[in-house]
Amino acid sequence: MRREDDFEERRKHLANLSESELEAYFWELAEKIVDPLVNLAYNNTTPSIERSVLLRMGFSSIEAKSIVENAIDRGLIGKGVGNIVYKYSKHKSLGIREAGLKLIDPNSWDEVKPLFNGGVK
Amino acid sequence: MELKPNEKLDIKEILKDLENYRPKRRGWHWREGVGEAREIGKFDYYETSKNLIQSQPLPAAKYFDNIDPQPAPVITTEIASGRFEDDIRRMRMAAWHGADHIMVIRTAGQSHFESLIEGTPQGVGGIPISRKQVRAQRKALDLIEEEVGRPINYHSYVSGVAGPEIAVMFAEEGVNGAHQDPQYNVLYRNINMVRSFVDAAEAKKVMTWADIAQIDGAHNANATAREAWKVMPELMVQHALNSMYSVKIGMKKSNICLSTVPPTAPPAPCMRLDLPYAIALRELFREYRMRAQMNTKYMESSTREATVTHVLNLLISELTSADIQSTITPDEGRNVPWHIFNIEAVDTAKQAFNGMDGLMKMIKVDREGEYLSTKVRELKERAVLFMEEILEIGGYFKAVEEGFFVDSGYYPERNGDGIVRKIDGGVGVGTVFERDKEYMAPVTAHFGYNNVEQYGKEYVNNPSLLINGSTFEKPEKIIFIDELDETDNVNVRLEEVKDLINTNIIKPEMEWLGDGVVLLTMFLPTDVRTAEFAALEIGKNLNLKDCEVIHREVLQQAEGTRIELKGRVDFTIDISKLVIPPKPEEMSEDEIRAEISRKPMKVVAATVGEDEHSVGLREIIDIKHGGIEKYGIECHILGTSVPVEKLVDAAIELNADAILVSTIISHDDIHYKNMKKLNNYAIEKGVRDKLIIAAGGTQVSNEMAVKNGMDAGFGRGTKGSHVATFLVKKRREIENEN
Repeated sequence: MRREDDFEERRKHLANLSESELEAYFWELAEKIVDPLVNLAYNNTTPSIERSVLLRMGFSSIEAKSIVENAIDRGLIGKGVGNIVYKYSKHKSLGIREAGLKLIDPNSWDEVKPLFNGGVK
Repeated sequence: MELKPNEKLDIKEILKDLENYRPKRRGWHWREGVGEAREIGKFDYYETSKNLIQSQPLPAAKYFDNIDPQPAPVITTEIASGRFEDDIRRMRMAAWHGADHIMVIRTAGQSHFESLIEGTPQGVGGIPISRKQVRAQRKALDLIEEEVGRPINYHSYVSGVAGPEIAVMFAEEGVNGAHQDPQYNVLYRNINMVRSFVDAAEAKKVMTWADIAQIDGAHNANATAREAWKVMPELMVQHALNSMYSVKIGMKKSNICLSTVPPTAPPAPCMRLDLPYAIALRELFREYRMRAQMNTKYMESSTREATVTHVLNLLISELTSADIQSTITPDEGRNVPWHIFNIEAVDTAKQAFNGMDGLMKMIKVDREGEYLSTKVRELKERAVLFMEEILEIGGYFKAVEEGFFVDSGYYPERNGDGIVRKIDGGVGVGTVFERDKEYMAPVTAHFGYNNVEQYGKEYVNNPSLLINGSTFEKPEKIIFIDELDETDNVNVRLEEVKDLINTNIIKPEMEWLGDGVVLLTMFLPTDVRTAEFAALEIGKNLNLKDCEVIHREVLQQAEGTRIELKGRVDFTIDISKLVIPPKPEEMSEDEIRAEISRKPMKVVAATVGEDEHSVGLREIIDIKHGGIEKYGIECHILGTSVPVEKLVDAAIELNADAILVSTIISHDDIHYKNMKKLNNYAIEKGVRDKLIIAAGGTQVSNEMAVKNGMDAGFGRGTKGSHVATFLVKKRREIENEN
């Protein structure tokens, strides 16, 4: 888009605001812009977020990458990959780390799907 | 392990047992004792922080009792050589000069790497940020901060498509500060915008838990826009969006730092453009912290020009505020920064702040005057209008698709040259997944929907209880990967330079141990292009390898050019084979003065024989050259080409303590012959025992002078203080003998 500087025209509705009103308005607008973004983040996840969860659960970056890839392939990332490892460990009566290491092998995932009602959304 | 000031930091010691190392502390550290008046040396300071235990003062500090006042802001240095092991040494040097925020630049391309990089591969223009390198550097800084006596903030980047993982690794490894701004990913790294914002929320939540200070990415618009000063309204918008987004995630405002750069530089009237902007920003963001960066946009290859611009940037900081004062190395306009320029930049900040201490006690910014009040108001309004239009067209993503950002027009002016990104484009597109109702993550510091309740209410406030603690509570759960690449790692690199580690062999260096790089500055009396090629030829004749002209500056197009030439030497120096004469003894000024006031001293001096060269003698004697007169020694200069007999007779007549002769001409050893003659005549007159006789000159050695009957000889480089020290000590010796 190309546009001449129409500041004088555009600012008319701001002209009578005091300095503190103008500043408050600035922050009100900022909040309005970011609110939907925060909401988006609240309800979604990504491979990186899931890998970061696995790191915190005691997996290496290399292990985390494989496990998350398997979860995406099976359409299960929306369950939370940490959740999958947790549930699988309970199901198999394994420690968290032991369970996660098994999930590096794509074949182990046949057992995972039934743990989540319906699997793919 | 403890560092000793006179011993090198041992990289191998740092790497030892790294897999078990845990950082000493977490969280950002602001300088202590800010806001207190402080007496340092002979002066009062109003804008300093706690002194260091050990430091390297500014060169001129020797005139001021070697004081090293530490300014109030945290001072940043950015280190980016590509080899973390060499960067560690640079960190120590920078810390000694007063840096307490070490920002490690990432290698090119890491933003697009899904997952963490492991091991210690060499980087380009930075290091690949891996757990091993971060841990090694934090370990080194844990030692260095003990040595200088102030906590050091370690900093890198939480961006790219592995942001959340990097944030987790940083939290685990005790990193204290990080760049985090999803807008940076979107605009400059072409990472999908939805992915960037979703990732950023998790990363910010983790940073919040670890008390990591956040720096945003807005300053990049300055460096990218064609006319940097025109993006000022947008900069405020970018700052606001990242700040507000961070607050909504839960980050405290005092950990949110705005990366702000004075947008312009001379010859533009930069103060007049930059100051209103700096004020507007600090007013709008008064609850946040300011990371004042220096201008990089208008840097050329002249380090002098860059330094002047940066000092003006520091003046803006002084006139407004800076919580963190970042520094840009003055050589950034011509190469990846060298050791010496990191230190120069840190010193530039320290020096300028020292000099400006208390400036605001005398002057006031005329905020309410017509110029500033109009300009500040206008900038705020333009930023408000920018955000109104973002909302009008449908929000942030839509605005990015429409090329709102980094347009070179002064908003609301638009030139149609902004950066355009599409919501369904960019790296990582299609990798954002909606969380199911059952979604759960059993860890600490996780942002967003998390159905922990399905496993029991008791876990809701502490999801990591489900797994008996995450790595944040149980760091022993962290998996450390050492090396993945057998050929590209620190061990291989250290092996290549092993002859230079803990040996007597040294080589000049700018970035890496043993790189052999040297810099030559020269004036060539010819035009710029000819000068450049002549300089390369000069380099070749000097046996320098890989010569490159890194700076050229016209003094006058026909008369000549200043050239700075970089090249590499491929020889080494064995320092054990150097013949280094003992350092001349030098008492302090106060000690010498005390001796002279205890017992006055009288000296006669002259050049002897047929020698008219009196400059050296005057340097040693004259008060205005720092000569021995300044200590109160009474000096009688008899003139030039004085016969030795006359000198001795005058000494007897004046009842002098000492004779000083200067002899420059050394043809046929005439200087030593005259010394012998002087000695013999004094003996003949029966006064040799009570007279101190010393000789000086460019070709005089102490050894030969003593052999020829003098009490001492002084060669090239001698200062008045050396001679005065000698006179005072020798007189005491004679007194003791009697």
